[in-house]
Amino acid sequence: MKFLCVECDRQMLFEERQLPGDGTLAAAFRCPQCGRAVGLLTNPMETQLVASLGVKIGGTTIEPQPLETVRGMVTTGRDDAFEDGNGETGKGKGPPPAWSLEAQERLARVPNFVRGMVKKIYADYARERGIGEITPAVMDSARSELGLEGM
Amino acid sequence: MPLNIRTYHELTEPDRSGLPSQITAQRRRVAARLGGVGRVVAVMSGKGGVGKSFATAGLGQALARAGRPAGVLDADFNGPTIPALLHIPVARCTVHGDAIEPALSPEGVRCFSMALLLQDGRPLGFRGPEAESHVWRETLEAATLREFLADVAWGTLDRLLVDLPPGIQRFQELVDLLPAPPAVLTVTIPTAESRDAVRRAMQFARERGAELLGVVENMVEGPFTGDAGEALAREFAIPLVARVPFNPDLRIWDQLAQRMMSSS
Repeated sequence: MKFLCVECDRQMLFEERQLPGDGTLAAAFRCPQCGRAVGLLTNPMETQLVASLGVKIGGTTIEPQPLETVRGMVTTGRDDAFEDGNGETGKGKGPPPAWSLEAQERLARVPNFVRGMVKKIYADYARERGIGEITPAVMDSARSELGLEGM
Repeated sequence: MPLNIRTYHELTEPDRSGLPSQITAQRRRVAARLGGVGRVVAVMSGKGGVGKSFATAGLGQALARAGRPAGVLDADFNGPTIPALLHIPVARCTVHGDAIEPALSPEGVRCFSMALLLQDGRPLGFRGPEAESHVWRETLEAATLREFLADVAWGTLDRLLVDLPPGIQRFQELVDLLPAPPAVLTVTIPTAESRDAVRRAMQFARERGAELLGVVENMVEGPFTGDAGEALAREFAIPLVARVPFNPDLRIWDQLAQRMMSSS
């Protein structure tokens, strides 16, 4: 999918993505010539289709996790299906980030099937950005930037 | 005055969405993970209930007994049976770095299957809007196949057997994901009805560039009558590599493994 600024006859460039709610995925594109921006809004089914491809509009700086799509999407997985171990994270520099109490409570609500992977993704995200403590606000930023809908 | 609308491919500037590069990276990841696999063999029939999984498991075990490292990817996500056929107990899957360790059968067959992940008795369920779920569900299953190929530490294998569900859709997904079409081992039962259904699948595979290695005729000398195995082998000019009775002994699979090992 591409966007053409018809008046300028120029291909529009991806600007940013957002998850404004209701299962909507929003992606903004801007014309490099006239500066006009347009927003692509997908309905929940279309959002799901994009997620099903295992891609993130705008890309991501985090390496894909093993079975990332399966673990993020399957709802009937066993709680004890995975043994996540061998260090929380291998990305970024510095010590592993701390987790605020609120962030820990929120993480505890994530199903076991995917929790270990989600924890690692948030930790990698924080480390790469030099964030010392993971809070709900950091989790929200990561969800939006990394396209972790539903995690 | 009509607007000047160009085609998708005429717009060649990088759009910063990163989507094409992510798809390319996904394919590279599959190719890299399978770099140590001598050959990917899809076990297919195009028809349900002919014993594909049974034959896949028997062949995998025989390859391992012959000292040829083998893996089985259970691509039947909605009816996975391979771990049970390989006598692999359900246990936690260990995540090591960028990969999941496959389960191991007593003979050493490496295996990965949705059966290792799902709750007992529960169907495979995906998170997502129920309305129009047919639009995205098959895409998610294709993504599952991609991750089973790319994210399991298959290591060095002589053969990676892919146990396909009935039909041709999963085979097409496999062709799309692999750097080259897989070889195909076809399973049928003796009946004319099976022959006709399997013929379509074989034709489909051949048209997509897959090498047909041979036909396994399963459930012979039982209640089913016909010569589907011979007929299909003759029609496609490939060998009938095994005729498998009900309750076969190990020699059937060992002989089949020998024939498969002699294929390049």
